Amino acid sequence: MIKLIKITKSFNSQKVLDELDLNIDSEKITVIIGQSGGGKSVLLKHIIGLIRPDSGQIIIDGIDITNLNDKKLNEVRKKFGMLFQDAALFDSMTVGENVAFPLNEHARLSRKEVDKIVNEKLNLVGLENMTHKMPSELSGGMRKRAGLARAIALDPKIVLFDEPTTGLDPIMRESIDELIVATQKRTKATFIVISHDIESTFRIAHKVAMLYQGKIVAVGTPDEMRSSNNSFVKRFIKDLRD
Amino acid sequence: MIRFLEFAGRPLVFFVEECGRIMLLLLSTISWMFRPPFRFRVVFRQMEFVGVNSVGVVLITGAFTGMVLALQTYHGFKMFGGESLVGSTLALAMTRELGPVFTALMVTGRVGSAMAAELGTMKVTEQIDALNTMSVNSIQYLVMPRIIAAILMLPVLTIISDFVGIVGGYFVGVNLLKINSGIFIAKIIDIVELDDIFNGLIKAAFFGFILSLIGCYKGIYTIGGAEGVGRATTQSVVLSSILIFISDYFLTAVMF
Repeated sequence: MIKLIKITKSFNSQKVLDELDLNIDSEKITVIIGQSGGGKSVLLKHIIGLIRPDSGQIIIDGIDITNLNDKKLNEVRKKFGMLFQDAALFDSMTVGENVAFPLNEHARLSRKEVDKIVNEKLNLVGLENMTHKMPSELSGGMRKRAGLARAIALDPKIVLFDEPTTGLDPIMRESIDELIVATQKRTKATFIVISHDIESTFRIAHKVAMLYQGKIVAVGTPDEMRSSNNSFVKRFIKDLRD
Repeated sequence: MIRFLEFAGRPLVFFVEECGRIMLLLLSTISWMFRPPFRFRVVFRQMEFVGVNSVGVVLITGAFTGMVLALQTYHGFKMFGGESLVGSTLALAMTRELGPVFTALMVTGRVGSAMAAELGTMKVTEQIDALNTMSVNSIQYLVMPRIIAAILMLPVLTIISDFVGIVGGYFVGVNLLKINSGIFIAKIIDIVELDDIFNGLIKAAFFGFILSLIGCYKGIYTIGGAEGVGRATTQSVVLSSILIFISDYFLTAVMF
């Protein structure tokens, strides 16, 4: 279980998160939606400790990570995998080396075992035979798949996705959504996705949370959100569908 | 009045902020230096990049520096019949000053700028964030190996530069200007001391530290896209070069 309690964060004089509260269920897909530039990425970076809040608490499996030192924070981060918006693959390494990177850093495995896991993860995301390609040789969708393979290489308990379908065509969007759902079913990990893609959100989410003006203004299942009376939610869904 | 003070004080505030951030990066690098895991392979890869791959540039600049120095000093010394001092003057200048400084400037252009560009690109494409999310400290993985490699390799490159500079000077002095070969070498052995070479190498190590720290700093703190990376690269070369010249003066004043 992940708990965000009264998280506040400002950059210069602009308040991005304003006493935000949110509970995220384990082993489910939670999608956080909201406007572009509304603080979704900032929220995601708080969860993994890349940004520290000005005030409030972030509890990961009972551990308050808000003021942990780097060493302890690194231990907590081993529970996480993260897929960045543009995949953030290391462009000096091949796809296989990217996926092997967390394994080489944290798992005491032989080269053979690492290669086996790399192939297994690349197969899972549909990138078999791409091990020796460089990230620059991949399309946007393929890069995201490779990023996902790297994010789940260590079988993390929590996987974060920063706008996984942004910049993709509708067919590729659907394919990434299917991949997210299938991977979550298989790994039983907690998936947290941030998105402004409402179609995609309703396809993959067990729970949807809406971020508006620095606060979570509505939380519910996709059906509950569809029938929500909250004016922000209604307007957001309508605007994006239009 | 307050507005004027704000306006006038802005560069000072920026300077203090910049110094503070560089110091924090340095302290963080030192603190991560002694913590496992020790990634020797990453350090060796950087040593290859900083050192081995810079040998060609250093050979050319070192050799021609020595050659032009021999040419210039010969004409000067000839006026009062002191041609025999060309070799020793050349060797002293190369080992104490020109070897370390020119090597550092060439490596700044080749390596310092590449460090800023590479880390800057990694920053703006979230690769540094990705490292951190994988519980790999980006300072330990990216900055520390580069600084260690530059500190270790600059003295090696400087020795090469000193050597080819003196050989280049010998070639011009003895073969083209007809200075006696025995006198050329004897004067070098007579006047140049081991301390001259050693102090030059300490300078080189310090310059390596400066150019790598500034390159990494400018890269890590890059903001904006491609434009930001370009700016960081240029700033790292300019700032490193200025700091190399300034520190050279103070190091020379203390050492010699």
